[in-house]
Amino acid sequence: MYQGRGNLPPIELRSGSPIWTNLFTLYGANIMGERKVRYLSLEEGGFSLLLLAVAIFCLVIAGKTWDQVLAFHTALIALASLAGIFFIFRRYFDGNNTPAPLEINGKPNYNMAPVKFATWASVFWGIAGFTVGVIIASQLAFPALNFDLPWINFGRLRPLHTSAVIFAFGGNVLIASSFYVVQRTCQARLPGSIAPWFVVLGYNLFIVVAGTGYLLGVTQGKEYAEPEWYADWLLTIVWVGYLLTFLGSIWRRKESHIYVANWFYLAFIVTIAVLHLFNNASLPVSIYSTKSYIVWSGVQDAMVQWWYGHNAVGFFLTAGFLAIMYYFIPKRAERPVYSYRLSIVHFWALIFLYIWAGPHHLHYTSLPQWASTLGMTFSIILWMPSWGGMINGLMTLSGAWDKLRTDPVLRMMVVSVAFYGMATFEGPLMSIRAVNGLSHYTDWTIGHVHAGALGWVGYISFGALYCLVPWLYHKKSLYSLRLVNWHFWISTLGIVFYICAMWVSGIMQGLMWRAYDSLGFLEYSFIETVDAMYPFYVMRAFGGLLFLAGALIMVYNLIMTVRVGEAVESEAAGQPAMAPAE
Amino acid sequence: MAEHKKEIDQVTGVETTGHEWDGLKELNHPLPKWWLYMFYGSIVWSVIYWILMPSWPLVNGYTKGLLDYSQRAVATENFDVAAAERAETGKMLLEASLEEIRDTPELLEFAMAQGEVAFGDNCAPCHGTGATGFEGYPNLQDDSWIWGGDLDTLSTTISYGVRSEHDETRYAEMPAFGRDELLEKEEIVQVANYVGSIAGLPTQEGVDLEAGKVIYEENCAACHMENAKGDLETGSPNLTAPTYLYGKSVEDIIAQVNAPRHGVMPAWIDRLGETTVKSLAVYVHSLGGGQ
Repeated sequence: MYQGRGNLPPIELRSGSPIWTNLFTLYGANIMGERKVRYLSLEEGGFSLLLLAVAIFCLVIAGKTWDQVLAFHTALIALASLAGIFFIFRRYFDGNNTPAPLEINGKPNYNMAPVKFATWASVFWGIAGFTVGVIIASQLAFPALNFDLPWINFGRLRPLHTSAVIFAFGGNVLIASSFYVVQRTCQARLPGSIAPWFVVLGYNLFIVVAGTGYLLGVTQGKEYAEPEWYADWLLTIVWVGYLLTFLGSIWRRKESHIYVANWFYLAFIVTIAVLHLFNNASLPVSIYSTKSYIVWSGVQDAMVQWWYGHNAVGFFLTAGFLAIMYYFIPKRAERPVYSYRLSIVHFWALIFLYIWAGPHHLHYTSLPQWASTLGMTFSIILWMPSWGGMINGLMTLSGAWDKLRTDPVLRMMVVSVAFYGMATFEGPLMSIRAVNGLSHYTDWTIGHVHAGALGWVGYISFGALYCLVPWLYHKKSLYSLRLVNWHFWISTLGIVFYICAMWVSGIMQGLMWRAYDSLGFLEYSFIETVDAMYPFYVMRAFGGLLFLAGALIMVYNLIMTVRVGEAVESEAAGQPAMAPAE
Repeated sequence: MAEHKKEIDQVTGVETTGHEWDGLKELNHPLPKWWLYMFYGSIVWSVIYWILMPSWPLVNGYTKGLLDYSQRAVATENFDVAAAERAETGKMLLEASLEEIRDTPELLEFAMAQGEVAFGDNCAPCHGTGATGFEGYPNLQDDSWIWGGDLDTLSTTISYGVRSEHDETRYAEMPAFGRDELLEKEEIVQVANYVGSIAGLPTQEGVDLEAGKVIYEENCAACHMENAKGDLETGSPNLTAPTYLYGKSVEDIIAQVNAPRHGVMPAWIDRLGETTVKSLAVYVHSLGGGQ
């Protein structure tokens, strides 16, 4: 951290003036016998060196590689790193780098700028991801929409959609909300001044690299872990920063107990790190090539992949968003959390059990039967721990149920928890071997995933965004609760269309695949089952379109909240407005 | 660290834990009984399942379970049942001639059931689910054939394919009259317009069709025959009706004469086996174009 040297007065630098003027000033000051007293802090120096190392590494690759995509990506990362160094030094020369006080007038001085950035990033990526979802749903119904172009064919857009909604939209919601919640519940500012920005910007850089990579045909072919080795390395560095930054606030907490939301955030951050490292253990064919090969082979690779895949659901899409639920629902409902005891029991049960459940994705494959059976039984045991979260979320409303009529934001979050309950009942059901024999590889799985994704993850995220934006911008309330209502009903209709279409088509598909006639032949050829999907694919695309339309209403509402929303009366400097709930 | 007192929540009458974070408090309801019992129940169920079914790894091997259940054995058994159902009639099918299959109701039903699914899974990607083909992929519903549409010919074509890698494959190749400079550009235009005129297509203005006819007789008639009806023996398409594979205009004919495209059909005999190929031949023959 910054340490002035002894009793010498600091040099006045004209803030806002170009960097070369300041350099000149410094130089001139030295000539005049004065001495520079402000030093780069350890954080600024450390990050500058790290970014410099990354930039040099990337520039060497960009210069020597024969792979155009790798040249583009490494140049992009190098450029971003150099820009980072530039901003660190501009801040330094502008004299803006004195560490912000941890408290002002005895109240914590929160760092909400990175939260704002991640909030808007999630809004942006959400719309992008939903749009691509509607496009690929339409491509399935109308293959001509592939336009015979490699960059936008289904095979490349599909990972773009899943990554955009899970990691870009969901990930930014998680980063924004976790940085907000950990500061508020610990009453402690995020550590450092560069670190939170490094996390937020670095993570979004990773998303740009991963997403453009898909469009240009770069993938390691592992579902939900498609980015190649260099993007994985980038994410690893950023994620370590995320963990340390998050822990930094916990470290400074005022309340000795750690709030339940923070347990879930921490479980999410730590476990995702472990999953990421194991599932992406790959060797590049050359440091100058985008291509790498995974160190696991055959069925072991499948096993690691679905251990990763299922726990990406468990720790990214469940634990992380349960953390959001545990802060935003009680806050919005102005009620205490239903049961501390239940939160402890279901937290530990959830994180212990989830990690075993992955093999149920590999029933009836070359994975030994005992392994998938074991995964299946743990999935069944997982049912109640999952529902523990639902109970705690729903029952927190006891004494405040009437608010569901008047507050569409709260209604959205409560419906989200209901979808969570439904999806976590359906999941164990589908993990049972006999059920899986019918459901696996069919659209039923897609329907199940979207009940969780649109209903649970989507709605709890929208709820959090509807809360966060007015709080972050010191507004009394949202621009329009009526528009939230519209968003809620249009999206809900969309979800119903989507999952009903997928249930019907999925079960029909499974039954058609297994139908034998009396002569001992399959009743249907595969192409006939594809043909039969058509009306449901159209219905699904329509449902997705409604969901996108709802989200666009939200974007308008959020922007108008910032632009014309009524400000909260002035509070202590540096103290963000509290929710209207308070 | 802030200290808070436990308090009683007015609404529920339940005590809080005494902690407070950013205004958030926690009640301390006991675990719901139904929840707890179902949790225990799912654990008990799983333990029973572990005892009955293969489930836990050991140092060498795994616990087999009391039921000694193997999904591989069950799957094999199911395949065997279906195979047994097919076996008797399948054997008859194998021994019967294609004409006998067509004329025996029991065998025909069997061949049609097998042929329909086999067609959907293997042939439909190119010939279409309705067997009406696409540009470059022949229509199997009409009576225009390149190699012939009777049962035995169909069986041979399906078995060995066209321009496939099989030794017995059907093979025909039209010279590239333009690319290999066998004809002048103008001559190609003339002959293509002549062919188009036979097929009843609109021809280009100001082209000497008589000259085209001479060129046809000198260069094309050897394979496509004097009457332009083609020859099934050599796989030379009939040119008198616009049932062409690669487009239905004079411009398409010009392109084809200039540098012909040649499609490939795989040989299926080694992949599908004789019974299925027979069924496919009977099925395709029944589609409407069979001769």
